[in-house]
Amino acid sequence: MDPYDSQVSTSRRRTSNLKDYFVGATPLQKRLESVRRQSSFFPSPPRRKIPQCTQLQEEIDPRKVAFLLHKQWTVYSLTPLYKFSYSNFKEYSRLLSAFIAAERQKGLAVEVGEDFNIKVIFSTLVGVRGTQRDPEAFLVQILSKSQSSREHGEGRVLWTGWFCCVFGESLLETVSEDFTCLPLFLANGAESNTSLIGGWFQKTFDCCFSPLAISAFNLSWMAAMWTACKMDHYMATTEFFWSVPCSPQSLDISYAIHPEDAKALWDSVHKTPGEVTQEEVDLFMDCLYSHFHRHFKIHLSATRLVRVSTSVASAHTDGKIKILCHKYLIGVLAYMTELAIFQIE
Amino acid sequence: MSVLRPMDKLPDLNRATVLLVGTQDALLQKLAESMLQEQCASELRVHLANSLPLPSNVNRPRIDLIVFVINLHSQYSLRNVEECLSHVDSSFFLGKVCFLATGAGRESHCSVHQNTVIKLAHTYRSPLLFCDLEVESFRVTMAQRLVRMLQICAGHVPGISAVNLLSLLRRSDSPPSKEL
Repeated sequence: MDPYDSQVSTSRRRTSNLKDYFVGATPLQKRLESVRRQSSFFPSPPRRKIPQCTQLQEEIDPRKVAFLLHKQWTVYSLTPLYKFSYSNFKEYSRLLSAFIAAERQKGLAVEVGEDFNIKVIFSTLVGVRGTQRDPEAFLVQILSKSQSSREHGEGRVLWTGWFCCVFGESLLETVSEDFTCLPLFLANGAESNTSLIGGWFQKTFDCCFSPLAISAFNLSWMAAMWTACKMDHYMATTEFFWSVPCSPQSLDISYAIHPEDAKALWDSVHKTPGEVTQEEVDLFMDCLYSHFHRHFKIHLSATRLVRVSTSVASAHTDGKIKILCHKYLIGVLAYMTELAIFQIE
Repeated sequence: MSVLRPMDKLPDLNRATVLLVGTQDALLQKLAESMLQEQCASELRVHLANSLPLPSNVNRPRIDLIVFVINLHSQYSLRNVEECLSHVDSSFFLGKVCFLATGAGRESHCSVHQNTVIKLAHTYRSPLLFCDLEVESFRVTMAQRLVRMLQICAGHVPGISAVNLLSLLRRSDSPPSKEL
């Protein structure tokens, strides 16, 4: 590099530092700024991008993606992990397996590194992120080592969980270097295992898990965004579930649409290319409501949307999601990350 | 009489009338009961309506305050209120209308975003109150507050008018209205 160039870059850096100083350089000040921005008058982002294929996505190992798809995941939001390191995976698996063994035989001492009937594997999910700045996603698997499986080499999977962050800039910029931001955590397996393993993470990395509930409002956004995705072939029908708030028993209404019809409806309400706006989401849902009202004289708008399933993914208000389409994995995760970050903040 | 006007009737002596508009009868009923249990020097009248316009063949007293109840769990209740607003005379919005959003406590049940109702209330320059009407203690507090507002709107509190109250209830961080 010639001296002229380096001089320019240092002077530029100095001005940006100065700016940081005035705007609020410490993470705490940045945090405060971001909270202020959120509580200002109309904070909701009125438009979002339609999920697209990203460059990074091509790095993903197809075997690992196949493992993430077609499974029901329970979603949690997670505060940043303190002093987490990607180079310590071996150590973490040793400690976590010892922890699980200790919890299982309460009262009896266990030694770290002893051979237990379970095996814990930590591994990174290369490419499951939105930008280069997002930290790498990682996967935790708990395998049982029974007698028969030992011969085959692979154990039976007892529990799986993964941590990821897709387009999490708003959180990343406000957290200091000691923390790793992976706000979205997805688990598949017995709930008792989730809370056990969650407990270990909470103690080890000083973080906090909380179940991510998806409101009816957000479900309608998902319905619109996932309908908007271009598909080569549709794997499942587009289906909605509404719950009617009536006592003593609740009544559920299911509404299935041919995915091509849903797409045609979306195309007729959609105006801004590549983006989804709040008005379009409202209009899309209103069309479905008025169609239903014409045939059955029921105002679906007075009921609560509890589940949406499309060829891209399906989501339930309890915080359970299933991703079906490999192409839009990142897009689905980006919205889930946004919701998780919103919940943390 | 398709449009409600605040001043087209003479007031009755020491009587204050509120109109609660909303799609959920049970909630409105409960709120009305809580309001009537409040100790109050004025004679309270609570009218309930699912929607506007009100039928014209009934003789009713002058309405001093309209409360639009929006259930955040139901898009329908929001649409209904939006339609009702066109049947209200603009002079009502000089402090004699307020919006009450219920159900914000159960985030996962919400089909209407809070910002949508904030925007609505801002468009009509009227105060927006949040209260979970399902919870009894919250409802009682809200009833107390509404009764107090009603007394002011009916002109039963010396020294303060509905317009006064409106300016006091304005959100401090809301941008100044450009059109006014």
